[in-house]
Amino acid sequence: MRFVFKTSYEADIRLFKHKPQMAWYMLLLAVVVALPFLLDEFFIGEATNVLIWAIAGMGLMLLTGHTGQASLGHAAFMAAGCYFNVILLERGVPFIISLPLAGLIAGLIGVIITLPVLRLHGVYLAIATLAISILTEDFIVIAEPWTGGVTGLVAPPMIIFGLEIDRYGTPGLFYYVVLFVVLAVLMVYRNLLRTPTGRAFTAVRDSEISAQAMGINITKTKAMSFGFSATIAGLSGALLGHFAGAFNHETFNVILSIQLLLMIVVGGLGSIHGAFFGAMVVALLPQFIAISRDWVTDLTGFNATTIPGIEAGIFGLIVLLFILFEPNGIYGLWFKIRTYFEMFPFYRKNMFKRQKTYLKTERLR
Amino acid sequence: MDVLQLVISGLANGCVYGLIALGFVMIYKATEAVNFAQGDFMMFGAFITIWLTNTDFVGLPFWLSVILAILIMGVFGYLMERIIIRRMFGQSQIAVVILTIAIGFILRFLAGAIWGHDPLSLESPFAGKEVRFGGLVLGADEVAIILVTLLLTGSLFVFFAKTKLGLAMQAASQNQLAAYYMGIPVKRVHGLIWGLSGMVSAIAGILFAAKGAIDPSAGLLGIKAFAAAVIGGFGSLPGVLIGGLIIGLTEPFASRYIAAGYSQIAPYTILLLVLVFRPAGLFAQMQKKKV
Repeated sequence: MRFVFKTSYEADIRLFKHKPQMAWYMLLLAVVVALPFLLDEFFIGEATNVLIWAIAGMGLMLLTGHTGQASLGHAAFMAAGCYFNVILLERGVPFIISLPLAGLIAGLIGVIITLPVLRLHGVYLAIATLAISILTEDFIVIAEPWTGGVTGLVAPPMIIFGLEIDRYGTPGLFYYVVLFVVLAVLMVYRNLLRTPTGRAFTAVRDSEISAQAMGINITKTKAMSFGFSATIAGLSGALLGHFAGAFNHETFNVILSIQLLLMIVVGGLGSIHGAFFGAMVVALLPQFIAISRDWVTDLTGFNATTIPGIEAGIFGLIVLLFILFEPNGIYGLWFKIRTYFEMFPFYRKNMFKRQKTYLKTERLR
Repeated sequence: MDVLQLVISGLANGCVYGLIALGFVMIYKATEAVNFAQGDFMMFGAFITIWLTNTDFVGLPFWLSVILAILIMGVFGYLMERIIIRRMFGQSQIAVVILTIAIGFILRFLAGAIWGHDPLSLESPFAGKEVRFGGLVLGADEVAIILVTLLLTGSLFVFFAKTKLGLAMQAASQNQLAAYYMGIPVKRVHGLIWGLSGMVSAIAGILFAAKGAIDPSAGLLGIKAFAAAVIGGFGSLPGVLIGGLIIGLTEPFASRYIAAGYSQIAPYTILLLVLVFRPAGLFAQMQKKKV
């Protein structure tokens, strides 16, 4: 167990708590940067997919994990980012400008759309955002002149400083572009959490009434959280568009919204790590199922055919088990294991035991 | 005459939405949890009935299999609470929401794996028959749906308002700890309400499958039922039925009089408008907040 003695205010808001922690993250960064040289083309694509999901996960994590507002409509903002990015590219805007611009537009849309529903709490907010997600899907079909309707759009290759980058031609470069966005979002996210705004987000999550008593403008804070969250989701949507190549309204359906929320729950609500852990589960699960099916076939000679929808079923089961047995998700699991070794041999079984709670109605407060 | 036809089919659809919504409003009234898998419960109930009734499968007499299916879904709902939901006792509402979404995913997968993804329809005695009512010719299935729904909502309303158990359920929802002090077995009450809700969803599923074909993704209809529940105010049983009817009536008229792409957004637009302007629904239960 390491104890950090803080001797100044700077020490309290430092990006890394202590030197060894920084060293570990630098090592992780080195591994992630070296990844395209270690993997073959297929797995570079999978790694890129994980990172794109992780960006989307960070977007929703900021809103749900750190501000406490559950959204079942983030596919809508991903769609906004994706479509605006391609529409801008088609109008001749270079990629370096169109990507952040698409993110900002998605963020702006996020703020405007959600302002009226910000008064809602908990389940009501979830239902309202669910409706927004469905309406977006229909809106994409209606706005055919710009969005291509049911046939959808095809993302042109990204061109950065004259370098043409697309997923199949130059998978390594595509990976680095996505990695760059991940790191940029990560820096903004980490720094945001240490600002008064970020502290306000957590205060609103923990108790709206006490946050209000501390002088926090709840509506403004929630709107800002929605804005940041939608911006990040928009960026991930734009990258997803390039990754998928072609997309239409069904790429961003309600199931994607729901899956995003379940993903960050599996990863661990309230931690940035959770977004990445969850992204790994969601993005690698289909491959994992395929590989284990081949393995079963080899082992038993019994030809295990794919049952359609098995990914969703297994994913649902994973979510179920995590909510029941480890509500803090994969990050919580990792945290417990780490604490066990740090405190060895003083770890007690009921160290993280949850307090018994009783629920009161939200209708008659 | 044309308009009347639209009204009747809209009412019948609305009744199904209302019944699904009734299922989760009951759970909400009694446990303060929102069951996002209610649509999938409905789908599962429908498939069980189809499996018991249709001659391709077991081929039991219709009424016997209806009773069996309702019982099975009742036990299913009760066990669901007993085994899974009870572990979440006292946890936040959103945690239960995510849990039930996950259950919905699993149910959809199970139904697809067992009965396939092709639409099936129930061989009911109402199919294709007509009822003459004055000068009107109505489909027997639609009349049955409307009658069953009215009867069910009425009896559930009386159950919640008058019986001891119904009042205990409402009390358990408002404050779990206080309900314990008053001697209400809160956990058992929760189990019973989930069982009851499973039965209602089975009835909704049977009516839905008797009217048209059903496939595993029909559970997504639950989202329209949310619209019904929100319009009705989420806590009021007759309100929910009216909410369901509003959504049901909107759909055929919207698809008739509004351009094709715009018609299917009508229910969700209504849902959003109600949430924005009357978040408590048309039949509000929300009261002023005390700090």
